[in-house]
Amino acid sequence: MPNKMPSPPKTSFWARLFSHQIVIPIAALLILAIFNLISDPTFFRIVFKENSSGNKVLSGNLISIIDNGSELAILAIGMTLVTAASGGQDISVGAAIAIAGSAMLRILCGGSSSPTELQSPIILAFIVGVLVAMFFGAFNGVLVAFFKIQPMVATLILFTAGRSIASWINNGELPNVPGKEFTYFGSYIPGVPVPTPFLIAIACFIVIFLVMKFTNLRLYVQSVGINEKTARLNGLNPELIKLMSFVILGICVAVAALIKVSRISSINYSVIAKDIEMDAILAVALGGNALSGGKFSIGASVLGAYVIQFLTTTLYKLEVSAVALPAYKAVVVIILVVMSAPTVREKLSRLGKKLRSGKTGAESAKA
Amino acid sequence: MFRKNMPGFLKKPGKMTDTNLLTTITIVVFVVMYLCAIIFLKEGFLKPQTMLNLISTNSYLIILACGMSIVMINGGIDISVGGVTALVAMCCAVHIENNGGSFFTAVLIGLGIGLAFGVVQGFLVAYLDIQPFIVTLAGMFFARGMTTIVNKDPINVYNESFMAIKDTKITVPLLGTTNKKGIYVPATIEIGVIIALVIVAVLFFMLKWTKTGRSFYAVGGNKQSAMMLGINVKRTTFISHVLCGLLAGIGGIVYFMHIGSGSPAHASGAEMSAIASSIIGGTMLTGGVGNIIGTLFGVLSLALIQSIVSSVGLDKAWWTGITIAAMLCIFLIIQSIIIARRKKANKAAGGT
Amino acid sequence: MHGKTLLKMRGIYKSFPGVKALKNVDFTLCEGEIHALMGENGAGKSTLIKVLTGVHIKDEGSIFITDTSGADQEVQIRSPQEAQKNGISTVYQEISLCPNLSVAENIFLARGESALVNWRTMNKKAGELLDNLGIAVKPTQQLASCSIAVQQMVAIARAVDMDCRVLILDEPTSSLDEHEVAKLFMLMRQLKERGVGIIFVTHFLDQVYEVCDKITVLRDGALVGEYEIENLPRVQLVSKMLGKELDDMADIKDEVPEFKATGEAPVYEGKGLCSSEGISPFDFNIHRGEVNGFTGLLGSGRSECVRTIFGADKVTGGTVKMDGKEVKISKPKDAMKNGIGYLPEDRKRDGIVGDLSVRDNIILALQVKTGFFKPFSKAKAVEFANEYIKLLDIKTASVNTPIKSLSGGNQQKVILARWLLTHPKYLILDEPTRGIDVGTKIDIQKLVLKLASEGMSITFISSETDEMLRTCSRLLVMRDRKLVGELTGDQLTQATIMNTIAGGDKNAE
Repeated sequence: MPNKMPSPPKTSFWARLFSHQIVIPIAALLILAIFNLISDPTFFRIVFKENSSGNKVLSGNLISIIDNGSELAILAIGMTLVTAASGGQDISVGAAIAIAGSAMLRILCGGSSSPTELQSPIILAFIVGVLVAMFFGAFNGVLVAFFKIQPMVATLILFTAGRSIASWINNGELPNVPGKEFTYFGSYIPGVPVPTPFLIAIACFIVIFLVMKFTNLRLYVQSVGINEKTARLNGLNPELIKLMSFVILGICVAVAALIKVSRISSINYSVIAKDIEMDAILAVALGGNALSGGKFSIGASVLGAYVIQFLTTTLYKLEVSAVALPAYKAVVVIILVVMSAPTVREKLSRLGKKLRSGKTGAESAKA
Repeated sequence: MFRKNMPGFLKKPGKMTDTNLLTTITIVVFVVMYLCAIIFLKEGFLKPQTMLNLISTNSYLIILACGMSIVMINGGIDISVGGVTALVAMCCAVHIENNGGSFFTAVLIGLGIGLAFGVVQGFLVAYLDIQPFIVTLAGMFFARGMTTIVNKDPINVYNESFMAIKDTKITVPLLGTTNKKGIYVPATIEIGVIIALVIVAVLFFMLKWTKTGRSFYAVGGNKQSAMMLGINVKRTTFISHVLCGLLAGIGGIVYFMHIGSGSPAHASGAEMSAIASSIIGGTMLTGGVGNIIGTLFGVLSLALIQSIVSSVGLDKAWWTGITIAAMLCIFLIIQSIIIARRKKANKAAGGT
Repeated sequence: MHGKTLLKMRGIYKSFPGVKALKNVDFTLCEGEIHALMGENGAGKSTLIKVLTGVHIKDEGSIFITDTSGADQEVQIRSPQEAQKNGISTVYQEISLCPNLSVAENIFLARGESALVNWRTMNKKAGELLDNLGIAVKPTQQLASCSIAVQQMVAIARAVDMDCRVLILDEPTSSLDEHEVAKLFMLMRQLKERGVGIIFVTHFLDQVYEVCDKITVLRDGALVGEYEIENLPRVQLVSKMLGKELDDMADIKDEVPEFKATGEAPVYEGKGLCSSEGISPFDFNIHRGEVNGFTGLLGSGRSECVRTIFGADKVTGGTVKMDGKEVKISKPKDAMKNGIGYLPEDRKRDGIVGDLSVRDNIILALQVKTGFFKPFSKAKAVEFANEYIKLLDIKTASVNTPIKSLSGGNQQKVILARWLLTHPKYLILDEPTRGIDVGTKIDIQKLVLKLASEGMSITFISSETDEMLRTCSRLLVMRDRKLVGELTGDQLTQATIMNTIAGGDKNAE
């Protein structure tokens, strides 16, 4: 029997581009860029100058975006995986960052509030932070995977307790890390003009890219997220994979925590990474990933994270105060979810069809 | 003794309805905790006023938790209530202090804000089928942001007529105590407590004896079935969110009456406390199970354990968060186990 | 016994995209009659029921209900509510009641004008109703704490109390035990006495002959006929459902040579297997290069058997030997490690990963087998996919097309490709030919025989007996969740199969 392959449907380059999910964050980025270009072209200026600690570094709005958006971008990696595998989101990442950061400070300062020198090597502190964050990720994961509690509710527990646990770890003290080395992670390494957080973020992307390339993570996570029953019948263990996604998110949390505490060489338990969970979920949604799980694109989420930072910086430029920011972001979220709601989409497409048929009808009437 | 009883409850969950079983557990836990407090910590807990103070400070939380319970019974969740509370308190404060408005109009503003949140969120959840968590998360951030937009800094209210209302204490008969000097000290509560208790009574009546109330349970129990049985699922879901929003508005007013100021930092984490209280009070996250009386005891248990924790000597601020989370975790796991057991039991009854 | 006509459906047509589900179907129900609606999968029973209950809207045809004065009224049924208004109530297999509410509430929920609920009168009325119908349950009990049978009866009680005249029972007995079924039948007879017309959908032949008065048989969306129960012996019924006249069973069978087992141990040998899905423990074995099959009507437990072999359901007992060595198979991964592949019955629910590409769907099982750290390169994956797309003649635009946009037959081939890629010793195919076009069906059967000749052991399940006769050299017959017979050699004819399925002379039990 000859294999009659139907010729692939001829789609134009544009149609194919628009069907890809990365088009959403790119479009958002373009809108923001154009908006800034019109309102204030100097927004995009980048200068190369000496900073307060005497390093020659790049600075400007764009640099501050890639600098400050890095923690979010790193979290977006893990959040995308959790969303894809479990069909829910982790709302405890901010609290978990506080815990991991607090644990790192505890190791670095050895429990005293302002030691004169580092009590342990930074790498040890980082490893402890990672382990702690992985532990709490696993805690969330167990509740979700084995106790079948909805992810957002299960992570509510850590959301409630996280900041309290963080301040308990350091006995309520706000230790100051001595020395300059530790600040490098949150600012600049001498001689490198690019902010370190961005470099760390890039390192994370490379790692996750390699993981994707050399393991079956993507296939497994997507299978579990799309059809758990089929995944099980093909020998996967859906519980284990969900748990794994939460543990990976834990690692991302630890890296983000390192940057966060390094920025100020200290910690403020109630403020550190506040509301970052909202931004991380928004980044995933903005990246065009379905919040109900399934197929995902980490690249799009990461881009989404930087778009959010772009939006934040733009709002700052418009002199919106930091505390009022959530109100504006909330509006963006609502617009986004309303536009992507199936019922709304259906209605819109029906409306579009009506308009189109109306048009052709009118044209044919003319003819 | 208590430990001995516990497994008994879990072993034979078949005899009681889920709602009654979980409510009973909560009330028993509360009573046992209170007895332990009286026996081991004595001072303070013996006086009824201690308990009344707990209720006074948490009256707003009782109202918020009631609204939360309704939404959760209906199978949803609303995490905007804390933000709405802060926003209402701020608006009332600004209205009275800066604009010289009356307390009455402030109340109307509060109710309006709550209702508006309820209607918008209810519409998005019920009619556009968007996940309640996402919608109300956005609602929470919107409310928090709006609070600072209304007024960036904390604002205290010194208006006299308002202070008169704020400081009104109502004497509770029979519960007064005699202090060391032999002077009778009457036991008192704030107005907010009366409001909260009236709301508890009204909602208890509604959930038990009205069609709308029972519809919440039906929808939460099984959406598909409820529809087949002829319930308007969308409208029921919508009403649940509107009620919750309205109650958040009332909660905001009560909170304002208790604290007498507006601040962006007010009622922070109140949504989580409300959810935790509801869950501890026996409301199931999966919907269909819950009871307002249970919720009342949930709030009280939460308040009690906080004051026990602090009087045991764990007075550091962080213990509060940790104990709430620990309690929440335990109750969530109990619920999850009960659901699993029930499923198994049903399968065994139905299968083979 | 035959009362007035109650319900008439005439010339009903209904099609879905690509399928004509009902073609000119007539159906008549009389007062005080229990009427069985029979047919194999895809025969159109459930579509007909759904048209009647307003879940689907008919394309053509008319429905008449005889009103109380005796006149035929044509009715339009566009929603479940409208059906209820016309006195048509349905009790589904998946019970549509609220498990968290009490029995009484479930009966009276969303009824009546009052905005308030009067618990005392409600419980009293419910108590009377339940007593009246002989259902032994307290009205205040939570529904979830009742057995499935009682829940079903509560649903029936609700329907009865809503003055239903036509009661549809859609496979109510599939999860009940004998005792519970007996109770249900008592209730059905009681309702019959009251003049209610009951439409009974079931897969259990014994039950049809126990309780029904008439049978309407559908096949492939068309009406086969309406029969009085006493005029239609079991074997005839089965042959009508399967679409094979007893006469033309002088057979097609000569293609399959009788399988001769070599001396070696069977590839798979299970003893006393049973699972959480309630099948009686069974023994099963298969040799290298053998093709055997489970046969029986839908719901007879044939799928549950193979699911047990693969570890897809919770295995509750039994021992397994593969190639003579004892192994433990408690989850799908164990089975895969031992070289078993399983193509599930419900393609959409258990088979495909809808949003993933054809390529990912093909390599999924092998990738799980190779392990987490050994992904194929993209080129390798495409090569595998293309190899099988060519081998099985899968029609897809490209390897990157999401599988959900393929036709049913091609989806099935993709899943087949997924398992062939793992090179299993033993392959289980549960209904591989369901819902796909004739050409593909033949392709799959040929493939089965070819694979067997290359040494693979295959268990093949199909609702179509002739397919099984063409491929299997041994058939295991299931009835009512029990393994009731094993047919080989000369016994492999349509007639013997049908006799065994039907419980023939009733001696088999």
